[in-house]
Amino acid sequence: MTEQKQHIASAFDRDLEAIQAKIMKMGGLVEAAILDASQSLDARDEELADKVRKGDAAIDELEEMINEDAARLIALRAPTASDLRVVLSVMKISANLERIGDYAKNMAKRTGVLVQMSPIPGSHSSLRRMAREVERQLQDALDAYIRRDVALAEDVIQRDLEIDQMYNALFREFLTFMMEDPRNITACMHLHFIAKNNERMGDHATSIAEQVVYLVTGETPDEKRPKQDKTSTDLGVAPEGSYVEKSKDA
Amino acid sequence: MYDSPKSDSTVKHAIKIAANKVQVFYGDTHAIKDVDVQIEDKTVTAFIGPSGCGKSTFLRTLNRMNDTIDICRVEGEILLDGENIYDKRVDPVQLRAKVGMVFQKPNPFPKSIYDNIAYGPRIHGLAKTKADLDEIVEKSLRRGAIWNEVKDRLHSPGTGLSGGQQQRLCIARAVATEPEVLLMDEPCSALDPIATGQVEELIDELRESYSVVIVTHSMQQAARVSQKTAFFHLGNLVEFGETSQIFTNPKDPRTESYITGRIG
Repeated sequence: MTEQKQHIASAFDRDLEAIQAKIMKMGGLVEAAILDASQSLDARDEELADKVRKGDAAIDELEEMINEDAARLIALRAPTASDLRVVLSVMKISANLERIGDYAKNMAKRTGVLVQMSPIPGSHSSLRRMAREVERQLQDALDAYIRRDVALAEDVIQRDLEIDQMYNALFREFLTFMMEDPRNITACMHLHFIAKNNERMGDHATSIAEQVVYLVTGETPDEKRPKQDKTSTDLGVAPEGSYVEKSKDA
Repeated sequence: MYDSPKSDSTVKHAIKIAANKVQVFYGDTHAIKDVDVQIEDKTVTAFIGPSGCGKSTFLRTLNRMNDTIDICRVEGEILLDGENIYDKRVDPVQLRAKVGMVFQKPNPFPKSIYDNIAYGPRIHGLAKTKADLDEIVEKSLRRGAIWNEVKDRLHSPGTGLSGGQQQRLCIARAVATEPEVLLMDEPCSALDPIATGQVEELIDELRESYSVVIVTHSMQQAARVSQKTAFFHLGNLVEFGETSQIFTNPKDPRTESYITGRIG
C-alpha cells in the first residue's frame, strides 16, 4: 500500500494497515449505498430503498470502530510524521464517509415518500447521472487515497465543479416545475433535497481528496477550488417572472 | 475582514550560538562532518539521532568538553555571541561557567547540598559574603525547582537525595554560575516518569532565561520540550527546523524513517 519501509515494531504496521482496511470497507459500503439509493429512486423500488436505510447502521458502526482504533493508535504508538498524518486523515475520511452514508440514507427515505406520488418527468435521469458522477468522484478519491496519488486527488477536487453545475441545473428545473403546477411542489421539494444531498456528497468526496493531498504532502490544499453552487447567493437563478426576480427590480 | 488565525507568527530570538563548518575527529574517525547550525537564545533546541550519530559529541564541542579528550580535534568555528570559543584567548573554565552542562547520570559532588551549589560561585568569585552565597544557593535551588524539598536539610549530603532530586540539584548547580547557555546530555534517561516530568517542566521554565540545548533519545521528550529540533545521522546534521514541522512533516526521508521508528 505504501512504498515506505516497515516499522521496527511490526505490530505498528499491522495496526496502521488494519485501520486503513476498515476505511476501504467503509468506502465500499458507502459507494454501494449511493448507487442503491439512486437506483431505488429511478426504479421506484421501495424494497431497495429500505435496504439502503437499514444498511447505514453498518457504516456508522465502522466509523465508530475506526475512531476507537485511531484513539488506541495515538495513545499506544504516539505516531509522528507520515504515520501521524495517516491517523489524522483516517479519522477525517471516516467522518466524511459517515456523512455521505447519511445523505444516501436520506435519499432512500425520500424515495419512500416519492413512490407514493406521480413521477416528475425527466428529473430521474438527471438525478441518476448526478449520483453516478458523485459515486465516481468518491471512488476516485478513495483510489487516490490507496495509491497516495496526489494528481488524481487534485483532479477530483477540480471535478467537483461539474457536480455543482448539475445541481444548479436541477435547482432551476425543479423551480420551473413547481411554478408550472403547484401540485408538483411536494415531489419537487423532495427531489430538490435529493439533488442537494448529492451535491453535499460531492463536497465530502472533495474533502476526502483534500485529505489525500495532506497525507502525501503534509500541506492542506488552498481553498481556491472552483465553486459553482450559486443558488445560495444568486438571485438570477430564479426563472423569469418569478417573485424573486421582481423583488430584485424593486 | 477577520484576521486569519494562521497569521500570527512565532517569535524570533537572537542567535546565541552559531556553528560554522564544524568538523570533529577522534584520531582518524571523522565524527562530525561539516555541521552548520544556529542556536537561538531563550529557546530549547533538541538534538536527536541514533546512537553514535554524533549528537553528544557535537553538544560537547559547544563548551569545549572535548578538550579533555587527547585524540579529539575540532575544526571550523563556534561563535558564542559572535566570539569564537576555540580562540586561544578563551579560558575554557570561564567558558564553561557561561555554558553550563548537565549530564545523563546525576553526578552531585560528595558534599552537602549547600556546597554542591556553592562550589561554582565560590571558585568564580561570584559571592563576596556568606549572605551573598546563601542568597545564590537559595535562588539556584528555587530555579532548579527543588528548594522546597531540601530547604530544611541543606547540610545533608547531596548524594542522599533521590535520582530525580539529584538531577534537579545538578541543574541548580549548573545555573548557580549564571550561565547563558545550558547543555543537557540526556538529562532524564536515568529518571522515572514523574521525575522526568518535573525536569521537563523545569527546562520549560529555564527557557525564559537561557538558551537550552538538550540531547535526548526520547523522541517524545524532544517533541514535548523543544522549539527547534536537529536530527543527526552518521555525523551529519540531516535536518534542522521547527520541532512541530520535524514531527509532522519532516523534509528528509532519513528524518522521517528515524522519527517514525522505521528500519533505516
